[in-house]
Amino acid sequence: MMTYFKDILSGFYSLLAGMAVTIRYFVKPIVTVQYPRQKIEMTPRYRGYPQLIVDPETHTHRCIACEMCSRICPSQLIHLEGTKFPGEKQKRATKYIHEHQYCSLCGLCTEVCPTGALEYSKEYRLAGYRREDAVIDHLVLLQHRQYAAGLPVTSIPTEAEIAAAIAEEAAAKEAKAKAAEKAKAKEAPAAEVKE
Amino acid sequence: MEQLVQTLGSEGTKMVVGLIAVIALVSVNALFLIWMERKVAAHMQLRPGPMEVGWHGCIQTIADAIKLMGKELITPEDVDRPIFFLAPIVIFLPVLLSFLVIPFSSSWIIRDMNVGLVLILAFSTLGVLAILMAGWASNNKYSVLGAIRSVAQNIAYEIPLLVTVMSVILMVGSFKLTDIVAAQSGCWFILTQPLAFILYIICGTAETNRAPFDIPEAESELVAGFHTEYSGMRFALFFLAEYTNMLIVAAVATVLFLGGWKGPFLPEVIWFLIKVYAVIFLMMWFRWTFPRVRFDQLITFAWKILIPLALVNLLITALVMKLR
Repeated sequence: MMTYFKDILSGFYSLLAGMAVTIRYFVKPIVTVQYPRQKIEMTPRYRGYPQLIVDPETHTHRCIACEMCSRICPSQLIHLEGTKFPGEKQKRATKYIHEHQYCSLCGLCTEVCPTGALEYSKEYRLAGYRREDAVIDHLVLLQHRQYAAGLPVTSIPTEAEIAAAIAEEAAAKEAKAKAAEKAKAKEAPAAEVKE
Repeated sequence: MEQLVQTLGSEGTKMVVGLIAVIALVSVNALFLIWMERKVAAHMQLRPGPMEVGWHGCIQTIADAIKLMGKELITPEDVDRPIFFLAPIVIFLPVLLSFLVIPFSSSWIIRDMNVGLVLILAFSTLGVLAILMAGWASNNKYSVLGAIRSVAQNIAYEIPLLVTVMSVILMVGSFKLTDIVAAQSGCWFILTQPLAFILYIICGTAETNRAPFDIPEAESELVAGFHTEYSGMRFALFFLAEYTNMLIVAAVATVLFLGGWKGPFLPEVIWFLIKVYAVIFLMMWFRWTFPRVRFDQLITFAWKILIPLALVNLLITALVMKLR
């Protein structure tokens, strides 16, 4: 008999305790991040798509167009071209396109780069309407980032400039080859005379 | 306007105007309540709820209604046609009729009947008939199970409801709802009869088939219980009837326990609506706090706990009234 009433009272109290929990949650702020309208910061080691690093000293990218990343990509998604410009020591990339729609985010391209030119970005808002929206032109993205950071923008060479650079390099090479031949030819008669 | 009053008489005009007002109220109420339910549920679960359509999703219900209107009305093969078609109408009409006697303010009642409260209770019983019709005519074993459980639940919870209401009527001495509101001018009945208020809210929640007593609808158990086979606007009518039923239960609770339309500064209608929606918020709070009760627990709770408590409450009220 007593347990009957005790059960009723303890049951009633448990109902009130449950309702207290829910009303406390009712007044708490919501935890949802409303995705297209709000942005959250990713953690430092988040792996987004690979992007070109802006070198802190030269304020441009470090890619030397060696095509290691292109060769190691398991899905062959990286397409790049580069050439040596007159007056510079190494080649420079003139086109760096990567097809992100098939990328498996394996990170091999980032690891294998000899100059360490690639890093993982923090961008996660990659939704688009067409498959072609996922093709990333990294030199253009680099320009956006440099502009946003207030740095001088690295210009992307046009076809004409590239052709001119290639022609100049070829001419410079020929001139060097001719000068080397001449030097050899000069030494040869001297050696003959000695003989 | 004068011609209308002449042809129909003042009572008739009141009825026509009242009918139009009630239909408008029911539609706007359903619109508002569905949005409120989704928002309350969402915030209790730490999420925003509908946010896209309109400011914080307030037009979401209209979008849902347009979607429902565009759906095909599928009638399964071997249904009992007349009963199948009538069930959504029968569930909605008694609830609409119950609005005849509810006092929204001291002058805004369509018809101040002597037996106002009995009318409301009688019409809420008709809803059970409609559920049985819907479940039986659907030619679907899950619907029949849902309907049977719903009938058992409704009948079981009506008894403590009636006994509880009786103990309030004992203090007032009349079934007229305006008299009940007038008798609370000194002190609201929730203070003199707290147990009756708790019992009434529990029984009212069970009468409208709302969680935690929503076995008949049982969204995750019997597909959708008795209204499984109803699609499009027919389903919308069941839905509408449920939310209007909630409004009736909350209105009666306000009149019986919370002092009706009485209140200090604001106009009387506003006080009435505030109290009604506070009770509805309480019912929604129940839904998102408690898990659904099992069917045998439901029936045990009604017969073994609520009825004895209601009878004890009635006994104590009668003794106090006699010994005064």
